[in-house]
Amino acid sequence: MLLEARDLNVYYGAIHALQGVSFDVDEGEIVTLIGANGAGKSTILKTVSGLLHPRSGQVLLRGESLVNVPAQDIVRKGIIHVPEGRKIFAPLTVAENLEMGAFTRSDPAEIQATMERVFKSFPRLKERLTQLGGTLSGGEQQMLAIGRGMMAQPKLLLLDEPSMGLAPILVEEIFSIIQEINSQGVSVLLVEQNALMALSIAHRGYVLETGRIVLSGAGQELINNPQVIQAYLGGH
Amino acid sequence: MPTVNRPGARLAWIGQAFLLGLALLVLVILGRALAANPILFLQQVLNGLQLGFVYALIALGYTMVYGIVKLINFAHGDVFMVGAFVSYFAVARFRLSEWPAAAFPGMPGWLVLLLGSLTVILLSMTICAILAVTIERVAYKPLRDAPRIAALITAIGVSFFLEYFGALGFVFSPRFIPYERMFNVTTWTVGAGGIHRLVSGQAVPDNAITISNIFVIILLASILMQTLLQFLVRRTKIGKAMRASSFDKPTARLMGINVDGVISFTFAVGAAFAGLAGVLFAIAYPSITSQMGILPGLKAFIAAVLGGIGSIPGALVGALIMGQAEALTAGYISTPMRDAVAFTILIVVFLVRPRGIFGEPEGEKA
Repeated sequence: MLLEARDLNVYYGAIHALQGVSFDVDEGEIVTLIGANGAGKSTILKTVSGLLHPRSGQVLLRGESLVNVPAQDIVRKGIIHVPEGRKIFAPLTVAENLEMGAFTRSDPAEIQATMERVFKSFPRLKERLTQLGGTLSGGEQQMLAIGRGMMAQPKLLLLDEPSMGLAPILVEEIFSIIQEINSQGVSVLLVEQNALMALSIAHRGYVLETGRIVLSGAGQELINNPQVIQAYLGGH
Repeated sequence: MPTVNRPGARLAWIGQAFLLGLALLVLVILGRALAANPILFLQQVLNGLQLGFVYALIALGYTMVYGIVKLINFAHGDVFMVGAFVSYFAVARFRLSEWPAAAFPGMPGWLVLLLGSLTVILLSMTICAILAVTIERVAYKPLRDAPRIAALITAIGVSFFLEYFGALGFVFSPRFIPYERMFNVTTWTVGAGGIHRLVSGQAVPDNAITISNIFVIILLASILMQTLLQFLVRRTKIGKAMRASSFDKPTARLMGINVDGVISFTFAVGAAFAGLAGVLFAIAYPSITSQMGILPGLKAFIAAVLGGIGSIPGALVGALIMGQAEALTAGYISTPMRDAVAFTILIVVFLVRPRGIFGEPEGEKA
C-alpha cells in the first residue's frame, strides 16, 4: 500500500474536523474524496502533506509514519500537495514558480527534462514563462499549479479542487491531464466538488460527511449508488 | 449630486495645501542656497550621499525582514552598533587588522591594510549575522503565530536589552569610546586647481570640494551590496525561495522550502549589512557608544518606510533622500534640526502615502 491513513482525528481548536478517518491509496491509483463543503476533504489533504498534524491516528507512506514530519520534509518523500485555490506565487514568474516546484531537486538537466514534460502537458505555460504568476487567468494558474506539482516528480499527487472556478471545457482538459499523469505511474488523491467528473476518472472513491467517511467503493460503483446520486450528483 | 460632507474633508485639504507650501518653501531655500554658493551646496550633497549610503545598508535589513515576517525589527539599529563594536575590539584590542603583516612579513603595506581591513569587516558581519539569527530564534520565532503587536513590542525590548546590556562596564561601556580606525582617512580637495591631497591643519580652498577615501569606500561598498542583494533575490534559488516564502509561507512549505531556514537566512543577510554599515559609520564618525545605533537605526527605518517597506530598491531611494534631508538641514538650517526633519518626513509619509514610494498597496495579496 502506498498511502494508508488510520483513524485520523484532527481538530481546529475545539472543532473536531476529522473524526476517525481511514482510507488508503494504492500504487498507480486515482482515489477521490467527495463530499460537501466543510466535510473535511481539504483537511485530509493538509494532514497528509503535513500542514496540519492529527491529534491521533496514523498516516503511513509505504509503512513509514508521516505524523509530525514537517511539510517541507514530506515533499522530499514524494508526496506533493497542489493546494486549493492554486496558490500560485503571484510575484514570481511562471518559470520561477516551476523552479520552486523543483526546489528539492538539484540536477539542472533532470529539472529541465521534467519542465519539458510539463510543457508537453501544458503548452500554454511555455508561452507564458516570463510572465508573473499573478497575471495568469484562472485556468492557466491551475495548469501552473499542477505543473509546479509535477516538477517535484511526485509518487503521490494530492489535488485539491482542481476544477474550481474553471470553464467546463477547461475542466475536461484538466481531468484528462490528471489521467495522463496517473498513466505515467503517479498515484493521485483527488478532492473534488465536481463529484461526477471525479468519480468517472477515479479507480476508487470515498464519501465524506462532517468529518467521517460514510461510503467507499470503486468509482463506477459510487456513480451508480442511489445515495451518492441523491446527495452529490444532483439526483434524479 | 452627492454633497461632500465627510468630516475632516476640509481639514485634509488644508493639510495638503500646507504640505505643498512646505515643499515649495524647502525648494526655495535650497534653490537660494545653491545659487549663493554652488560649491558649498555640492559639498553638502556629498555629505548627504555618504550618510544616505550608510542608511541604505541598514534600511535593507528592515525592509527584507519586514518583507518576510511582517515585523519591524527595532533591534536592527543595535545590531549596527554591535557591528561597530566588534570592529573596535578587533582593531584596538586584538590588532586583528595587522595579522597579514605578522603572518607574512614582507607583504606590501597596502595589501596588509586591505586584507586586514577585510578580515575585520567580515568578522563584524559574521558576528552580527549570528547575533540576529539568535535573536530571531530566541525572541521572535516563538511569537510567529501571535498577534503582530506582540513581536513588535518584543523587538523594542530586544533593542533596549542590547543598548543597556552594551552599556554595562564589562561589555562595551556607557561612555563614548574613541574609535581606532584600521586605516587612516585621507581627504582630497577637488576643484578648479585640480585634485590635491589635503594635509591636516591646512585650510580647504574656497572653490574646492573635499572627498575622503572613506566616502568612496562607503559608496562602493553600499552599491556593491545592493547589487549582490539584487542578484541574490532575483537569480539564486534561496533568493527565489525568499520571495516565495514572503508571499505565502504554507505554500512555500509545500514546495519543500524550509521556511524557518529562509527566515533565519534573511535575518542573517540583513544583519551582515548592518554590521558592515556599523564598521563604515564608525570609521567615518570615529566615536562609538552602545546607544549609537538608535538614531541611525530609526532614520534607516524611516528610509525603508519612505521607500516602501518590503521593497529593496525602495530602501536605497528612501535612504538617499534621508541622507540629503539630514545633510542639507544640518548645513542650511541647524544641526540639531536634522533629527526633527527626519521624523517630520516619517509623519508626512504616513499622512500622504503610507505605503511609501515603491510600496505595494495594502491588501493586494490574494
